[in-house]
Amino acid sequence: MTTRVGVVVFPGSNCEQDVCEAVRQQGVQAEILWHGDSSLQQCDAIVIPGGFAYGDYLRPGAIARFSPVMGAVSQFAREGGPVVGICNGFQILTEAGLLPGALQKNRGLKFLCSEAQLRVESTNSVLTQQLDLGAVVSIPINHFEGNYTCDAQTLQQLQQEDRIVFRYVNNPNGSVDDIAGVCNEGRNVVGLMPHPERAISDLLGSSDGIAMFRSLVSSVMAG
Amino acid sequence: MKFSVQVEVRLRPGIADPQGSTIERAVPTLGFSDIKNVRVGKSIRFEIEANDEQSARSQVEDLCGRFLTNPVIEDAFVELELMP
Repeated sequence: MTTRVGVVVFPGSNCEQDVCEAVRQQGVQAEILWHGDSSLQQCDAIVIPGGFAYGDYLRPGAIARFSPVMGAVSQFAREGGPVVGICNGFQILTEAGLLPGALQKNRGLKFLCSEAQLRVESTNSVLTQQLDLGAVVSIPINHFEGNYTCDAQTLQQLQQEDRIVFRYVNNPNGSVDDIAGVCNEGRNVVGLMPHPERAISDLLGSSDGIAMFRSLVSSVMAG
Repeated sequence: MKFSVQVEVRLRPGIADPQGSTIERAVPTLGFSDIKNVRVGKSIRFEIEANDEQSARSQVEDLCGRFLTNPVIEDAFVELELMP
């Protein structure tokens, strides 16, 4: 059976087609999942793409997490299914309690839209298992609330359990411990602020994102 | 009993507040040179029906912790007023 990756769309999501493209590039099927449906339609992996779900009203991710689809995503994640949140998707996963911490406004006063260098800090996650540990990859960032924060105890736990998957080489937004992406205890839920789906061709300036989608797809095949 | 509720959502100390810092940088141009530590929050108002004030307050606090604030970065300050 063909592998199917579900891409969740909320009102205000705007990166879903890029994610679908990145998924199809891996030779597997991409399925758009509407936020109002409570079924994941037998998808084997889920990506929550970037954008401004529900206009970022109240706080980024605060309202999206109550969508019917998120109940299904949470259950899928608890059963070990691979779930990746990119940018706004990362904010949604923290609000939903599937990942620890929160994303506060960038330390500077700017919305950031640029290329970022990330160091691969853990290859033990569904998004990074095909990457080289310690490698530096070039992936675009595009956010205002990307400044990762958590309490000291959570940070220590993330460090000790090897759950920081990416760090910025040059911290652009003030994130604690230069964190760009983290995973959950089961290593099947990953959130990151940078956009790997925008780095899938040299024509886009980088193709370093391809290996991340390859990791995600192979995590499905590995079961 | 019906209560009028005002929830003030404040960023916790140490959490970045670019709006507050931008306002703080702008005020001296109007001649206000002694204004410091500007922080911008949110105010949310609504009405709630409950049997008594304690029940209203505990419902509002539950709502704040689970929805109106993100406890990692924000605190809620709740005011209740009995409505006629």
